[in-house]
Amino acid sequence: MSDLIYQLKDLKVSFPDLSQKPLLGAAPRTQVLKGLTFDVAKGDVLGIVGGSGSGKSTLGRTMIRLLEPDSGSVLFEGSEIAHMNEDDLRPLRKKFQMIFQDPMSSLNPRRQVGGIIAGPMRLQGFDNLSARVNEALEMVGLPKTFTNRYPHELSGGQRQRVGIARAIALRPDFILADEIVSGLDVSSQAQVLNLLEQLVRDLGLTLAFVSHDLSVIRRLCSRILVLHQGEIVENALTANLFSNPQADYTRTLLDAIPLPDPNQVWE
Amino acid sequence: MRDARGDIRQLPGLRLWLSGGWLLLLVLAAIFAPMLSPHDPLEQDLFAARLPPFWEQGADPAYLLGTDSLGRDLLSRMLYGARLALTVALVAGTLTCLVGATLGLIAGYYRGWADLVISRLVDIWMAFPPVLFAILLIAVLGTGLTSIIIAIVVIDWTRFSRVVRAEAMSQGAMDYVASAQVAGRSRLGIALAEILPNVLPTIVALLTLEMGIAVIVEAILSFVNLSISTDEPTWGGMIAEGRTSIYQAWWVLVFPLFALFLTVLSFSQLGEGLKEYFDPVLR
Repeated sequence: MSDLIYQLKDLKVSFPDLSQKPLLGAAPRTQVLKGLTFDVAKGDVLGIVGGSGSGKSTLGRTMIRLLEPDSGSVLFEGSEIAHMNEDDLRPLRKKFQMIFQDPMSSLNPRRQVGGIIAGPMRLQGFDNLSARVNEALEMVGLPKTFTNRYPHELSGGQRQRVGIARAIALRPDFILADEIVSGLDVSSQAQVLNLLEQLVRDLGLTLAFVSHDLSVIRRLCSRILVLHQGEIVENALTANLFSNPQADYTRTLLDAIPLPDPNQVWE
Repeated sequence: MRDARGDIRQLPGLRLWLSGGWLLLLVLAAIFAPMLSPHDPLEQDLFAARLPPFWEQGADPAYLLGTDSLGRDLLSRMLYGARLALTVALVAGTLTCLVGATLGLIAGYYRGWADLVISRLVDIWMAFPPVLFAILLIAVLGTGLTSIIIAIVVIDWTRFSRVVRAEAMSQGAMDYVASAQVAGRSRLGIALAEILPNVLPTIVALLTLEMGIAVIVEAILSFVNLSISTDEPTWGGMIAEGRTSIYQAWWVLVFPLFALFLTVLSFSQLGEGLKEYFDPVLR
């Protein structure tokens, strides 16, 4: 089917558990993702939600191949990328981008904003860089004069906008946003979310939004994947999930959302 | 949120100016030593032995800083000594830096077996007492400028590779490295274009420190007479000679020692100053 951007099948990822490593021999491996199967359709805004240690960031990073899965298949636009080597991945990389959780650490402190945004485009062979940088800055609502600022001269919200600009400048088909508002104060959170909402609409982005915060996910996402201890406990449309949660774990998560009125229910 | 480190300003240019000034003076002295020296540094005049510096009683104005026990002019010998000291500092310091920083970057960023091999090597290397190691090396290689430089590189590369490895490891864990990978940069590209610039201030600070250390090592080797030929004027050699006549002629020991002290101090201060200058946050 051509309208699917990602098809994941029985995806398994494990990490070595170094705390259990015997003196000699390999460390035992902890299963982080225990065989996930799901699809992502073009234009979907997929929320990946789960408690800490549920494997949601690992899932995201495996989808854009920052991590290599143990087994299973990851089809991106029909091509198998699960075990593709870095050289073959390189030309594909412009199609799936990532926005990171900590905008301070994800921006090289020695580069100016213009260079940070232009860098990936230069690597991927784009031309007309300065025009594209200006366009990307405009789309995230930052003035052009920011091109020669250093990351430490920006506020947290501005830095995250630079991170978003870097990702969308490549015009990717898919963006992974990994807890991108959890490091920001509430008003910057709202601004960044508004921006992302608008970009999803304007650019027709397919987005995977990793978060532990269901109220953020609810606002942005069309579909929600609930992870618990490396397994999918629920995969449903946002409206259905909130009105009629199927899994116990989902209900627990929903109950954990703080509400202004404790008697209010989600509808 | 501004980085508060940017607000702390401590005499921004001063240490750069002072240390840079002394080193520039030394470079000029070394280059123009034949023109500046009032005497031949090797010329002996036993009738003018142990003349005090110009402000003391019984000084000869022709010998500005006095003479040693063989009647050789101290100022001329120090000017010529600066040549060796600076050559060793620049060449040995730079080579040590290249070797050590490269290995450190490989170990810290590539990790895996490369890190294992390099780190064990560093551990073993550092268990040798450095001065003894140097003396042993010179004894094997024979005295001479090249041997001194080789000895310094062989002994001191571990200093760089340890620090650079640790820096590269902490930088490698930053998200901007992952982000460069997402952008499609190769491993080598990431090491050179992303990590190296962030480790560079540390390397520069270490490099200048190493230059100071190289001067000291050269002086130590001269002191134990293992540097270059005994005739050649070196600061370490002068200090060794001055030691024997410290009660009769303190100046023979004190002037070269002071020059050595100022030079080593200047190198380390220059490094600190440059580190501040290179850091966009501190600038």
